[in-house]
Amino acid sequence: MKHRYLPLTESDKKEMLDAIGVSSIEELFEDIPEKVRFKGTYNLKEAKAEPLLKRELSQLAAKNANNKQYASFLGAGVYDHYAPSIVDHVISRSEFYTAYTPYQPEISQGELQAIFEFQTMICELTGMDVANSSMYDGGTALAEAAMLSAGQTKRKKVLVSETVHPEARDVLRTYAKGQGIEVIEVPYKNGATDLESLNSLVDRDTAAVIVQYPNFFGVVEPLADVEKAAHGEGAMFVVSANPLSLGILTPPGKFGADIVVGDAQPFGIPAQFGGPHCGYFAVTKKLMRKVPGRLVGQTKDEEGQRGFVLTLQAREQHIRRDKATSNICSNQALNALAASVAMTALGKNGVRESAEQNLQKAHFAKEALKQQGVDIVFEAPTFNEFVIRLNKPVKDVNSQLLKQGIIGGYDLGLVYKELKNCMLVAVTEMRTKEEIELFAKEVGEHHE
Amino acid sequence: MSKKDQKLIFEMSQPGRIGYSLPELDVPRKDAAELLPDGYVREEAPELPEVSELDIMRHYTALSKRNHGVDSGFYPLGSCTMKYNPKINEDIARLDGLAHIHPLQQEETVQGALELMYDLQEHLKEITGMDEVTLQPAAGAHGEWTGLMMIRAFHEANGDFNRTKVIVPDSAHGTNPASAAVAGFETVTVKSGEDGLVDLEDLKRVVDETTAALMLTNPNTLGLFEENILEMAEIIHGVGGKLYYDGANLNAVMSKARPGDMGFDVVHLNLHKTFTGPHGGGGPGSGPVGVKADLMPFLPKPVLVKKDGMYQFDNERPQSIGRVKPFYGNFGINVRAYTYIRSMGPDGLKAVTEYAVLNANYMMRRLAPYFDLPYNRHSKHEFVLSGRRQKKLGVRTLDIAKRLLDFGYHPPTIYFPLNVEECMMIEPTETESKETLDAFIEAMIQIAKEAEETPEVVQEAPHTTVIGRLDETLAARKPVLRYEKEQ
Repeated sequence: MKHRYLPLTESDKKEMLDAIGVSSIEELFEDIPEKVRFKGTYNLKEAKAEPLLKRELSQLAAKNANNKQYASFLGAGVYDHYAPSIVDHVISRSEFYTAYTPYQPEISQGELQAIFEFQTMICELTGMDVANSSMYDGGTALAEAAMLSAGQTKRKKVLVSETVHPEARDVLRTYAKGQGIEVIEVPYKNGATDLESLNSLVDRDTAAVIVQYPNFFGVVEPLADVEKAAHGEGAMFVVSANPLSLGILTPPGKFGADIVVGDAQPFGIPAQFGGPHCGYFAVTKKLMRKVPGRLVGQTKDEEGQRGFVLTLQAREQHIRRDKATSNICSNQALNALAASVAMTALGKNGVRESAEQNLQKAHFAKEALKQQGVDIVFEAPTFNEFVIRLNKPVKDVNSQLLKQGIIGGYDLGLVYKELKNCMLVAVTEMRTKEEIELFAKEVGEHHE
Repeated sequence: MSKKDQKLIFEMSQPGRIGYSLPELDVPRKDAAELLPDGYVREEAPELPEVSELDIMRHYTALSKRNHGVDSGFYPLGSCTMKYNPKINEDIARLDGLAHIHPLQQEETVQGALELMYDLQEHLKEITGMDEVTLQPAAGAHGEWTGLMMIRAFHEANGDFNRTKVIVPDSAHGTNPASAAVAGFETVTVKSGEDGLVDLEDLKRVVDETTAALMLTNPNTLGLFEENILEMAEIIHGVGGKLYYDGANLNAVMSKARPGDMGFDVVHLNLHKTFTGPHGGGGPGSGPVGVKADLMPFLPKPVLVKKDGMYQFDNERPQSIGRVKPFYGNFGINVRAYTYIRSMGPDGLKAVTEYAVLNANYMMRRLAPYFDLPYNRHSKHEFVLSGRRQKKLGVRTLDIAKRLLDFGYHPPTIYFPLNVEECMMIEPTETESKETLDAFIEAMIQIAKEAEETPEVVQEAPHTTVIGRLDETLAARKPVLRYEKEQ
């Protein structure tokens, strides 16, 4: 068997077998009982040479409509944003991407320092004291926040707004089942969490109140009121936030959030059909020792030189086993690096400018659609997404849009029964005025 | 590597410098305060760095030079399968039609992506001998928890609510008991015997009608094949429990034995280990889960199906445990794994396992004269040594690991599994040449000699890295977890 990834030659094998003292490789497998031995060959596709495989998979990829070819107005948790070229160049440095978790700090300072910087940037954006090194994604981070809240308050009920991403709520329910946590959904009104319902549902058994900011409909949730409701009953106040929006929105930390989670996908991470993205998890100092996953901390070596290590590991599964704060081991380190590079490139000014452009362009799109006679469903202020009502199925309109080179918005009727024929439209800084106008015109036409 | 502090990116920041290029806003600009509610417009800008593009590139290039990856040198980190990460995988994963597609696009616009996922599932079913596979879990631990939630749902569907315990061997990965806890189970430990294998008598003692599952990796973390696997399956199934396969060590048995044929009911795989998704400095990974037919109704939603020549997601799964992750898993990593499987083919995967095991046994036999070998029998893809002998000379396994850094190697996994004193767990993988193994062996032999003759050289290692041993106690006692600008 000759293969470019397999360097052993026939003479290597012979020498090695001699050193071991066996006559064939097969002998090394003799401890596998006859009854469970797999005999024969896997029934798999035969190996393909590099150029042929590249051609085949490129053709497969070409079957998919992608957002480099199409102008995308689809968001719903995954967005088409400016990804500085430098991001991919940095994460393609194989000292980063071919490394494991930095367990040996002396030869992992690069990764550790990059993560320390990531933690700092997430703290800056969210207004929180402590951020971890990443989670799988925003949805599982939210579920972990609920579990942390239940553990911290010793209460077994969480309230989650219906305006939180439906798939994140699905994930939350799955985790909650494992932990015996009751999940109660708080209805919405005018596109935001209904405060009256929230106030009547929250009580001394509530571990957490969870909202999204901006919420799934793009609406800026009234965090100040939600905070009062949560803390009034001693519940944790958990916010899932789009970190790019925090370039222009007041950060959840300012409103007294206990835990802020979300996904850093807007920072230089491609949509890649839903993953891998990059969950983040930020807390107040009080909860520092309850955080799931890895934390990087600053310290010194024997000569007093600054260095970085994985720290507070007593929380983690490899030390605490079944008493760990979470079972997470692998995280999304490389994507945290990508997000760091993107946040660095945007910097203090760019993150504001980018967020501002999202706000402005989405607002412009809203007005353009109104002019075409399309209903804006919620009048509440929004960031870069909003909801429109059509008079025919979203699917049909999207099929028409596709012909014009446009990927249309998300069909809300798939999840919210009362929002049949409603489309969630995302307008990022990537959409030009022309694209927005074309979109508005096309939607207006097919809306008739 | 030079002993020099690398500034934090924040310390390089200069007001007014930028590293981005956004087009001018081409729509009318309104005052943000008009568009947003009172009190919701950010007043203080986040303190992100202000640096030029070259500053950024130099910073991260400098950081990368302070990092060791598989491409930098040998990385025999046991149970982590640090094999070569093929470059074609990276190219394929970056194709526009795979990298830049949205998970909520209409199904007819992503048939290529769905076809890839479906075919990957089919390949993984064959490799593991299971009946169905989900690609949704994001990593190994996430797969463990997903599998356990399915086992829980299975028992509950049978009206069996008293199965509260999950059994794990004392040599198990730490994620096993942690995942069991998150799935709401209590963990019971089963002991290993003198031979390093699960003690069957102890297993019989701990199982009963409250047993939900036994979690096992085979070969185990000592690199030994659990040869009593069929008896263990019988014991667990005999009390109505399920057998769970931790696929972290699958590299050892591909084409030799399939979990499905060993009696396992649920399997998770670490595509970032056996199937070359890079480790990325700690992730992202991918942790697909395979199940036998009786667990299929409980798979996470949605399930990918092929109907009338079209690939589509099936959400009508009343017994499903629900979603474990938004969207469909770490697709980008799954693309890499698929590319790898297609690069290897069935004969290639068989050779992978054979050479991985050959490499491990060769190293084990050559090192055996110099270190204690706790289990003197053929290993699989990895093996453990004990540093007991060196410890008596005042040299700990930690010192040996640090000394290896001076030779340009990443050390083995140390102090794990927990049931071996001063443990070193070595996994060379199949992508390493004999010359590389020989050079590492020579380094280990030299360190063993140093332990006898000049122990301080080992005790004070590393001598050549950019930084010395770091004060971990200080890091934990006075946590500094973010940069703060000096006032």
